[in-house]
Amino acid sequence: MPKLYSGAEIVFKCLEDQGVSHIFGYPGGAVLPIYDELKNFNSIKHILVRHEQGAGHAAEGYARSTGKPGVLLVTSGPGATNAVTALTDAYMDSIPLVCITGQVPTHLIGTDAFQECDTTGITRPCTKHNWLVKDISDLSEIMHKAFEVATTGRPGPVLVDIPKDIQFQKTKYKNYRKVKKFNGKSHDNFSQKNIDELIKLISKAKKPIFYTGGGVINSGPKASELLRELVYATGFPITSTLQGLGCFPADDNQFLGMLGMHGTYEANNAMYSCDLMINIGARFDDRITGKIDEFSPKSKKVHIDIDPSSINKNVKVDLPIVGDIKSVLTSALKTLKKSKKNFSKSNKHQISNWWEKIQKWRSKHSLDYIGSEETIKPQYAIERLYELTKDKDTYITTEVGQHQMWAAQHYKFNKPNRWMTSGGLGTMGYGLPAAVGVQIAHPKKLVVDIAGEASVLMTMQEMSTAVQYNLPIKIFILNNEYMGMVRQWQELLHDKNYSESYTAALPDFVKMAEAYGCVGIRAKTPEELDDKIIEMLNTDRPVIFDCLVDKQENCFPMIPSGKPHNQMLLGPKDQKDKKITGKGRTLV
Amino acid sequence: MANSKSAYSIAGKKQKNDTHIIVVWVDNEAGVLARVVGLFSGRGYNIESLAVAEVDQKENISRITIVTTGTPQVIDQIKLQLKKLVPVHKVADFKREDKNVIFKEMALFKFVANNEKLLKAFKACKNYNPVVLDKTKKSKVIQITALRREIDKMSKNLTKFGLVSVSRTGAVAMTRGSDVFK
Repeated sequence: MPKLYSGAEIVFKCLEDQGVSHIFGYPGGAVLPIYDELKNFNSIKHILVRHEQGAGHAAEGYARSTGKPGVLLVTSGPGATNAVTALTDAYMDSIPLVCITGQVPTHLIGTDAFQECDTTGITRPCTKHNWLVKDISDLSEIMHKAFEVATTGRPGPVLVDIPKDIQFQKTKYKNYRKVKKFNGKSHDNFSQKNIDELIKLISKAKKPIFYTGGGVINSGPKASELLRELVYATGFPITSTLQGLGCFPADDNQFLGMLGMHGTYEANNAMYSCDLMINIGARFDDRITGKIDEFSPKSKKVHIDIDPSSINKNVKVDLPIVGDIKSVLTSALKTLKKSKKNFSKSNKHQISNWWEKIQKWRSKHSLDYIGSEETIKPQYAIERLYELTKDKDTYITTEVGQHQMWAAQHYKFNKPNRWMTSGGLGTMGYGLPAAVGVQIAHPKKLVVDIAGEASVLMTMQEMSTAVQYNLPIKIFILNNEYMGMVRQWQELLHDKNYSESYTAALPDFVKMAEAYGCVGIRAKTPEELDDKIIEMLNTDRPVIFDCLVDKQENCFPMIPSGKPHNQMLLGPKDQKDKKITGKGRTLV
Repeated sequence: MANSKSAYSIAGKKQKNDTHIIVVWVDNEAGVLARVVGLFSGRGYNIESLAVAEVDQKENISRITIVTTGTPQVIDQIKLQLKKLVPVHKVADFKREDKNVIFKEMALFKFVANNEKLLKAFKACKNYNPVVLDKTKKSKVIQITALRREIDKMSKNLTKFGLVSVSRTGAVAMTRGSDVFK
């Protein structure tokens, strides 16, 4: 007779089998049997957060920086609802998460029991799939399937809801068996014909551009290597979305910077004027396309994506290739090398005019800003942070807002999985818990959360987690006392009526750091900034860095809403005659 | 346009809507209908009618037939999004005008009237396979099977014969000939 295991034991046996080493969680009534079992499984370390949203974002940070699924364990009712923001965030940005929730005992489901909520109902639209385990004999299979669904195809969050009585019941444990085909869902549907067509388009193009996104990162580090190979082999320019930063080295000459609403002038103009756009693992998000009717009007568009529903969703494309980026790029490179040896050399002439044009756009220096000797410009702070950390293998997380865009513009990423930011959902409060997750996964590496003072207050309680586990995360706050991006939109669109976007009564972040038992550092002038940053980097404990920056600075360049790529607003230097007041406001 | 005070772009040109019948084969498990219907409401797609029942007890498969309207792009999205759901096995899509597909809806009509009117009511239904399911001295329940618009028309025209209650299913669909949708 095989050994019988309780539901709680089965949960951990599955986690062990799936190679999970860390889970983020918060105990409560409906998960107590699982928590009771924790002591018997030494290979799994539990990280106690201070709020379930923090558990979710920490698991996201863990997943993004390692490529492995993040796991969180929370209780029923409020535990589950608190995790919903993080699940939605992971769903939007395609991050593999496995969320295990407790549920009231099966006989109480539907009776409005204490801490009961319809967890599977609430999370149905924000997970790839979810399960309510009603029978103990299904538990091991469901747990394994949960990991499979989360990590295959386009990754995303899944949730397993386990009633408390199921956690106590006993049954046999079923090992993980990999099913080859999953309910008729295959992900590599492309053919050699697609690849041949792609190569044909590449060899004909006079004004080509690569437009890459988070899909490249999700496909694994090998995909980034292949992408670099392809970009060098073609000599084409490349731009990246917010999520794709790092899959191509930012300091390379072929990289045009980020595109989209706050992308560079050269990237957006190249997107507008190109004759061949090769989208690799991006999704034509509205922050990227601007006005859709005038989006890159003269180009042939290729879209390589693992998710068939991404294709033709927002923008109609000429050549869709459905497949894992790693395998598509492998085939493309093989075909290119076979049919066109030394393509980048032979093709140089054909695209030389295009590069000249790009250089002209580049000479606008659209990321420039007006420096200051009295106040710290936020862009300057990020530039200095980059210069002082670039020799280390640094992991950057961010919150959401102006600081996030400045970080994307001015911090240069050279490796994938080093940049964790909430793009799709735009969750303020993401960065601090994400940094906790990243530091757990990479204990020896430097992890910096580039934050805004408004965002960071939303999940500030996780500093306590960082202190508990000796995680030397650095919270680098660009403090302008405003919800900066809200203030910027109010300035541009609502006659400078700064309705509720100023935060009065901010805490003293240095004292706050001390209260949490970590280190607080404040920088007030550009002169002292470098020394203070170095002081932060030399501190082997969690640090809250309060960087007092210019309160009025806006994030440029910018594509106003409803405008195409070629009608950007540039920074204040270029902006003098078309200052965005009065009449200019109608531009936006 | 000029005064757009939005952080989002403005809606582009509107395209023409077509009516499509989407057939979905799913695992018959708890919550599967909610997943399908939730996908429609969550993404703003229409459901004009819906019919669902188990069709294969051994394999535990249900067949959901959804009548929907949308632009060609939206219809494509509906199919692709449905295919992503874990319990969905396959998705078929037919245009309503498609001659190769049979669509039928069933309706139950209850009439309360005198004998003469009840007789007229039955006669009026004669093109739509009428079956009398229940009969009393002053009432009749008649079942018909027909197209959606025919039933629409009937329920309007039959009021004069004492129609007091209508109950109808959503459309179900099947291809003509020997071919089976794979």
